[in-house]
Order: sequence, then C-alpha cells, then structure tokens
Amino acid sequence: MAVAATAERARIDFPAVLKDAVLAAVVAFVLAVPLVGLQTLDQGANALGIKTRFDWVAYGTIAVFLGRLAIGYLLAVRARPATAAGTSGGLNALAATVSQYSTAIGVVGVAFAVALPFLPFSSVYVLDVATKVMIYVMLGWGLNVVVGLAGLLDLGYVAFYAVGAYSFALFAQWFHLGFWQALPVSGILAATFGVVLGFPVLRLRGDYLAIVTLGFGEIIRIILINWSDVTGGPNGINGIPRPTLFGLSFLNPDNVAEDVPTFSGFFHIDFAVIQRYIFLYYIILILALITNAFTLRLRKLPIGRAWEALREDEIACRALGLNPRNIKLSAFAIGAMLGGFAGSFFATSQNFISPESFTFIESAIILAIVVLGGMGSQLGVVLAATVLVTLPEFGRELAQFRMLIFGMAMIAIMIWRPRGLLAHREPSLRLHGKSAARRKAAA
Amino acid sequence: MSENAPLLEVEHLTMRFGGLVAIGDLSFTARRDEITAIIGPNGAGKTTVFNCLTGFYKPTSGRLTLHHPSGQRFLLERMDGFRIPRQAGVARTFQNIRLFAGMTVLENLVVAQHNTLQHASAFSIAGLLGLPRYRHAEAAAVERAGYWLDRVGLTAQADWPAGQLPYGDQRRLEIARAMCIEPTLLCLDEPAAGLNPTESGQLNQLLLAIRAEHKIGVLLIEHDMSVVMNVSDHIVVLDYGRKISDGAPEAVRNDPMVIRAYLGEEETDTLPPEVARDVGMSAAPPPSAEV
Repeated sequence: MAVAATAERARIDFPAVLKDAVLAAVVAFVLAVPLVGLQTLDQGANALGIKTRFDWVAYGTIAVFLGRLAIGYLLAVRARPATAAGTSGGLNALAATVSQYSTAIGVVGVAFAVALPFLPFSSVYVLDVATKVMIYVMLGWGLNVVVGLAGLLDLGYVAFYAVGAYSFALFAQWFHLGFWQALPVSGILAATFGVVLGFPVLRLRGDYLAIVTLGFGEIIRIILINWSDVTGGPNGINGIPRPTLFGLSFLNPDNVAEDVPTFSGFFHIDFAVIQRYIFLYYIILILALITNAFTLRLRKLPIGRAWEALREDEIACRALGLNPRNIKLSAFAIGAMLGGFAGSFFATSQNFISPESFTFIESAIILAIVVLGGMGSQLGVVLAATVLVTLPEFGRELAQFRMLIFGMAMIAIMIWRPRGLLAHREPSLRLHGKSAARRKAAA
Repeated sequence: MSENAPLLEVEHLTMRFGGLVAIGDLSFTARRDEITAIIGPNGAGKTTVFNCLTGFYKPTSGRLTLHHPSGQRFLLERMDGFRIPRQAGVARTFQNIRLFAGMTVLENLVVAQHNTLQHASAFSIAGLLGLPRYRHAEAAAVERAGYWLDRVGLTAQADWPAGQLPYGDQRRLEIARAMCIEPTLLCLDEPAAGLNPTESGQLNQLLLAIRAEHKIGVLLIEHDMSVVMNVSDHIVVLDYGRKISDGAPEAVRNDPMVIRAYLGEEETDTLPPEVARDVGMSAAPPPSAEV
C-alpha cells in the first residue's frame, strides 16, 4: 500500500501543474487589468477620471496562481474516483436516512409551516416571502409529476401557471367570479392547455421535447402581450379580487361600504394588514398540502407507476400493453392543472398580473427546484424552493453576487449530486414491508 | 385436436426496408401448448418477425392471424402496438433486456398488470378514494406478482431495484413480467443469451413448466442449441429472411439446407483456370479430397 502511495505521488507531473497555474494567472491578469486595475472616478461636472489600482491586480493574480497550484496539486495527490465515490456515498446514505424519516420530517415541517404566522419573528415581510416559497413549492410538486415521474423535460411550465393566472383574472373581470369559484375552472383550463401541448409532442423525447415546450411557454407569453383587447397587453390586468373567507373580505372596514362584510368587522377585532397576509399564506399552504397528498397518492396508483415506467422505458411499456399516449397526456394534464391552481392563487394574491411575471426565467427556476431537490423527491422540492427563494432575500445587500452564488451552487450540485440533493426513490409498494428493508440495511 | 389448434398463423409475411428484404414471404404456424423455435444465422430476420408480430413494425405485406382461446380472431398487422398485448395477449421479451431498471422487481411485475388495475381504479378515481374495489385489485395484482417471483426464484429480491439484479435474474424477471399480462402467446427473444449452462438449464425447466401449466403458445428465438433442441416442439429455420426448413427438431437437425446455412456449403467447384493461375495454384484439389 505504502509503495503504491509513493508511486502515486511520484507520478505527479509538476511542470504540468505549474504550467496550468501560470496559464490561469495570465488569464486572471488580463481580465483583472481592466476590471479591477482601472477605476473610474466621477469628478463632477461631467468629467470622468481614472484611478489605477495595480496593487490589487498583483494580489489577485498571485491569489489565482497559488490557488490554481493548490488545486492542481490536490487533484494529482488524491485519487479522484475514490473521493467522488466517498462523498456521494455519504450523501446517499444521508438522503436514504432523510427519506426513511420523511414522515416525521414532514410532520415537523407542516407543524412549523402552520405555526409560522404566530411565531415571534413573523411579520408581513416574512409571510410574504413564505407565501412566495409555498407558491414555488406547489409549482415544484406540480412539475415533478411531468419531469420527475414521467421523465418529460418541460421547459415551458410557466405557460400553465400563466393560463391559471389569466383565466382567473379574466373570469373575475367578465363574469365577476370570486377566487373560490374560479379556482376549479382555471385548473381545468390549464389542464386543457396541457393536453393541447401534449398532443403535438407525443413522439418527442429529451432535448427535442424540451425545445418544443420552451417554445410553447414563449408562445403563451407573446400571446398575452399582443392580444391586448383581452389580456390588457403589457399593462396586464389590474384589480383582481382578493379571496374571501366564506364571503368575508380582508379590507379595512373604514374604507368600504357598511354592507360589505369584513373579517375584522365580523369577528369584532381590530383591523390589521397582516390578517390578509396570514389568510393568503394559509390558502397557499393548504393548496400546496393538497397538491402533495394528491401527487403522493397518484404515485402509488397504476397511473403513477405507469408514469415512472414510461420514464424508464417507453418501448417496454408498449410491449406490456400500456398506451404511451394516454400516459403522457395524463402527466401533462395533471402537471398543468396543478400549475394552473398555483397561477390562480398568484393572481389573487398579487391583485395584478402582467406577462412580465411569466417569463422563461420562471420556468427555469421551477425546473431548477425540481432538479436540485432531487427528481421525484417531495422533501427535496421543499428544500430547494426554500433555498432558491429565500437566498436572494438574504442576499439583498449582495445583490450583485446573487446570480454568481446561484451558479456556483448549481455547479456544485451537478458535480456532487447529479441526481439532486435528496435523490432517493421510495418504492410505490413493497412485498416484504419497510421494516424488513431497514433490517437488511442495518445487517 | 383442440390442443393442437393453431394459435398464430403467419401467412406470406414480407418486410422490406427500402431495397432490403428483411423477411421474404414467410409462412408458418405456431400452435397452442407448443414451443415453436425460430432459428437462423445472425441477420436472418428473426427479431424482425417479432417486431412485426408485436406491432413495432408494420409488415410490407402478409397476414398475421392470432386465434385467441376466447374464440376471437385478431389480425395483428392491423393493430396498434400497445393493443396487441392488451387485447390479443401477445407478450414479448427483448434481446437486450428492457426492464424498468429504476423501479423495484415487484413494481415491474405490477406495471405489467396496469390495464387491469387502471380499470379497477376507475381511471384513478376509485384509487384516489381508496375504495375497496381498487384495494382488492391491487392485492390480487401483488399476489400474481408474488406467484411469478416464486416461479423465477426472485422473491427475496422483490424490493430491489430491477437494474441491480444479476444478468441471469434480469432475464428471468423479464419473462415473469411478460407472463404477468396473462398472455396467450409468449414471444421470447434470445432468453438464453449470456446465461451460463446451469442458468440455461433452469431456463429450459421454466419454459417447459410454462407450457405444461399455463397452456399457452411460446415463440422462441434462440441461438443456444441446447435450449432449442431440448424444449422446442417445432422449429422454423430462417436464412436471409426466407424459411429454409420447418418441422420437428429431429427433421430440422438433419435437413441439408439447415446444415448448409449454418456450416456453409461444401466446396464443390474447381477454380476457373485463370483465377487458379492468379492465386498461384496449378489446379484446385478435387472435391473428394476434402471429405
């Protein structure tokens, strides 16, 4: 063993490592001169001066050189495959443990979510962020049906979100439907759009499917911008009604007519803005929990197993008499329906929607939540949504580094957890029971 | 006579890919309770026959009739791919195993019973509500899966991901999965490929047991002659897409056409003089000298 280790060390190619470090330092120097070395100064009266900071350039270049040297040395010393297997093995075990206690973690998480509005640090701001997190959690769970279970890479998921939002806004505008009456209708409408998208892409897989769904997302957004007679164009739709609690609104009783029932008036408590935020938060929490229960249940039904079988091998599915068309369309429809519900809630909580809320970056974030969390993992989606939505909030002072941190996190996960943070598949049914599996794992 | 009723009649099946004739005017009959083997050298068109039977290819011409035990008659060449296993009961396995690798062994067998279960779950509504109708159907599906796990000796590995099984187990699981759709005709594409002699012996036992107990027809593509000769009742030999022999194993084994296809033709012609001069031989040896 010792001999092998020495031999390994002896094989380090020092000139190559050095050359690599020098190259990196040169690149850093070339980039640093204009980026760091020259600073523009506002000298007033439209005059612009330049200050040089070549000492900074020197520090940066030296740091890059030493850093690259260290990386090169470490990579050469450590046998890479072993370390990679080691870290991911540990993380896999962690993911398996988390999944084993997922029920307990879920209960604690739900209890925390329910108690959140009454915790001491709770405020309008915290609830607003929490509501946003829950919207993304719900979208993530919805998209998980399409991407995680059925294995259909959908880059245009935001289109269904938009359909849900706009259908509620338009129903409210034209037919004066409230949130609760419009919710099922907008879900059904979004599901219809899911099937409409599904039909032409039945034969596509992988990259090709991703491109078509991406195009579909853009088509919906561009229609929303250009069909101004109906959608209000880039100005969006204003004055979308807020949801009511069995007819009680959350408006300030001083500002509304006597005959409009309000929450604070009915319960004879003081009016506070936070009441509305708490109410909205609870609505999305309940919607998200229903989504979770619904998708978890579907996964254990024949349709859920068929989705997973389709992801694994479409040809084998056909040879067993499964109709791939129906399976794909049902995945698209159910994923789209859940997105539509979330969109409908988004419209009512914002009071105003415009095409700007439904850009491609939204689709990318939802997909990132599903992929980073671990395909098919419900807890992973919650974790990823929380991180991706709250991190920018923490980083408001570091706004210019936000995308940098985001990108680095993505790269780190692609390297160490290519299947997602909590990628661990729990069988939909077992022959020997869960305890037997645990005993075997312990043995 | 009913035992020997034809199950599958292939008549004048032709499959052309552009100018290439993969199968040319092939006719044969497979019967119930019989194992029919299709053999032939590589590229003879055996797997193409399976792909035509199971709807992956639409034949250029010909008729494929399946006589279902219920009395119905299915024209397979006119059916959608997924309807062939569902309605006519033609199940198949693949030359390069196609399991649902990420799902467990048990799940693989339950997915195969999707249509029954989906019906019982009333398109997921009864399933979502957890109605007893669906729960009974699921229990029955797991029981059937359990039976087949027992038959192929994989009960202990039921909760493993199918992709983690050793190769031989994966082959047996694929057969079990095909049997879970309750087929009338089971098409096995090289089930013994990559198996060691013990494993292919077990495979023989399994195939004979399936034939004896389940009264279905088996169509078998195989290169391993120990399997073919031991289990088949009837052998069809293809070469370059054409049938060159058809009959009981004994007859096929001694058919000169088959021997020629497998072992090549005996050299009977002498080289033309100008060729012989070019290769530096005065004359080719007389054919009798080789024998």
